[in-house]
Amino acid sequence: MFRPEYQNIFTQVQVQGAPEYGMDNENNMAEERALTPGFSSLAGWLGNAQIGPIYLGWTGLVSIATGLAWFVIVGLNMLAHVGWSIPEFLRQLFWLALEPPSPEYGLSFPPLNDGGWFLIASFFLLISVMLWWVRSYQLAVMHKMGKHIAWAFLAAIWLFLVLGLFRPILMGSWSEAVPYGIFPHLDWTTAFSIRYGNLYYNPFHALSIVFLYGSALLFAMHGATILAVTRFGGDRELEQIVDRGTASERAALFWRWTMGFNATMEGIHRWAWWFAVLTPITGGIGILLTGTVVDNWFLWAVEKNFAPAYEGLYGYEAYPDAGGIPATATMGGQ
Amino acid sequence: MFPKWFDKWNRDNPTNILGPAILVGAAGGAIFFAGILYVIWGPGGSYDNVSMQTGPRGTGMHVARFVPDFETQDPTIAEYFTLPPVPPGPDSERAGDVIEGAEPLLADLTVDNYERLITAMRQWTGIEDLLEPGLENYQTVVARSMIQMTQELNELWGAHVNANPDTGNVGVSCYTCHRGEPVPTHSWFKLGPVNDAAAGWAANQNRATVQSQFTALPSDALEKFLLEDNAINVHDLDPRVSRADANPATVQDTYRTYSLMNYFSNALGVNCTFCHNTRAFYDPAQNTPQWTVANLGIIMVQEINNDWLGPLTEEFPEERLGPVFGDVAKVACATCHKGYQQPMHRLDMISDWPELATTGEPVYEIEE
Repeated sequence: MFRPEYQNIFTQVQVQGAPEYGMDNENNMAEERALTPGFSSLAGWLGNAQIGPIYLGWTGLVSIATGLAWFVIVGLNMLAHVGWSIPEFLRQLFWLALEPPSPEYGLSFPPLNDGGWFLIASFFLLISVMLWWVRSYQLAVMHKMGKHIAWAFLAAIWLFLVLGLFRPILMGSWSEAVPYGIFPHLDWTTAFSIRYGNLYYNPFHALSIVFLYGSALLFAMHGATILAVTRFGGDRELEQIVDRGTASERAALFWRWTMGFNATMEGIHRWAWWFAVLTPITGGIGILLTGTVVDNWFLWAVEKNFAPAYEGLYGYEAYPDAGGIPATATMGGQ
Repeated sequence: MFPKWFDKWNRDNPTNILGPAILVGAAGGAIFFAGILYVIWGPGGSYDNVSMQTGPRGTGMHVARFVPDFETQDPTIAEYFTLPPVPPGPDSERAGDVIEGAEPLLADLTVDNYERLITAMRQWTGIEDLLEPGLENYQTVVARSMIQMTQELNELWGAHVNANPDTGNVGVSCYTCHRGEPVPTHSWFKLGPVNDAAAGWAANQNRATVQSQFTALPSDALEKFLLEDNAINVHDLDPRVSRADANPATVQDTYRTYSLMNYFSNALGVNCTFCHNTRAFYDPAQNTPQWTVANLGIIMVQEINNDWLGPLTEEFPEERLGPVFGDVAKVACATCHKGYQQPMHRLDMISDWPELATTGEPVYEIEE
């Protein structure tokens, strides 16, 4: 019988017994640990079967409360936009948004129905996100860990702050902020690129894409490599870092023979961390420069000689034979 | 998680489900992929497509269409009604002298041509008693103005309604908009704010409306660009931020322009690259000739809405006016184009209808 033991999707080993409470060191961590722990076999397929307890702390509590305030303000504004009709709210949900103030208000406080609620909601969101960051830092301190997670989170927050705080202030108008809505924030992204002459010619945007796609590639390579050497104990990565075994040897040889270079059991995690962190850092720089320093990225690329010129005519009349469609044929039909 | 009897039964009846699971999965997967293959390459080939190149190689400029869509003709072409003109002879009589209560605007036509034109106009607009002698209702008043408008469009706006004269006459007639309906499809009214409890830019967008082409973009693009004459372009032609006021276009203005462009695209059944090299939307040197034709179309539509339809507002009964502002029904690209790049695929509206081709005396050419 075909048994794909090592090409599995789900975790093979689940531990379910007395709940593990973790440490209670001099930082009094047990004091604020909430929820009675339980077990879920379903969760165990994907990760640890134990759910809870959770440590919120005052930062976590305030963060959830202010985050909820943001969420409710956005939702109630959307509901008010459709005249408090629940069916309309559900139908138009992806279209609805809480928009930033109109441009004429600059950085002043606008009427509530033209961006005032947006600023109030954004204030709560700012507190929520920043306190969640403080919590991630504090938890690392309590566990006597490095602060890598907090710094990585801060990289994402940098992009968030550039979009909603730093750039609007530099541009002198809250109207530059991104609306809170499903389709509307996507429309903002497109309009932002169009308005500033095509963001694809923004080198920081390009770098951000490199790191984003690179992150996905690295994660796939690393995950696949470790799963592939699990049968030799490769998934015990920390052990392999200090005491390199046959799993590490095989993984290293595979990549060195594939492309001449290989990361190490330790170094691959630095690759992953830097690629992930540089995605929002470079992206944020690109957004911050847009409209404040550069107003038309395509023309900037022309000036810097990296937007190629194309030879050839424009218009379908010039290409009578392309695609087998006669030039007089009119495209159309819905 | 499961009831105890269920777990117990499972324990007591151990069964290898891996084999059947793989079998079912493989069979299901095979059926799924066969289905995909059938839809794409099966009979009818509904996902076969054709494309039309619109710019230099390397720019990705093309318009693509599914073959079945592409081969489907505009159904209103088959319903087009036309009659050849009757060249006036030396003893032809004026309609105004023979028919009592003949429409004064057309009274100089010969009787044959007068009746021919009235018959066709009734077919085109679906109004059975249109210009009935002596009948003076709002439809008479509107028709009078629309006849003059059609003549002017054919005479002065050839650059748009007859953009490629080498390939024969096109032009417009009543049918170009009406297609047999008293009220042309794809006409539009002002909407005003679409959101409650909102003002400014929060009020005019983020709702699926016909005017926003069911996007979340502003619903007032047609009003701002095709009735009013606001700047559509949003770009700074200086790469650097030089002066704060060098380019006042905001991201919100860009939403509205994008909304208009979406409308254009749907109204003509084309995409961005039919007119633009999308890497530099603003650059006329990288636009197609169709961009120029479209620009003329914008001015033409503004003229139709402001000079021809606007003044008729008072003439229409209330139920023909807009629900929010009581404004007259207005035209935009789709009112003529109906989703096709060239209305009715360049069907000739001119050769049979010299009466509508010019504001002056109709010219009846004797066929050789």
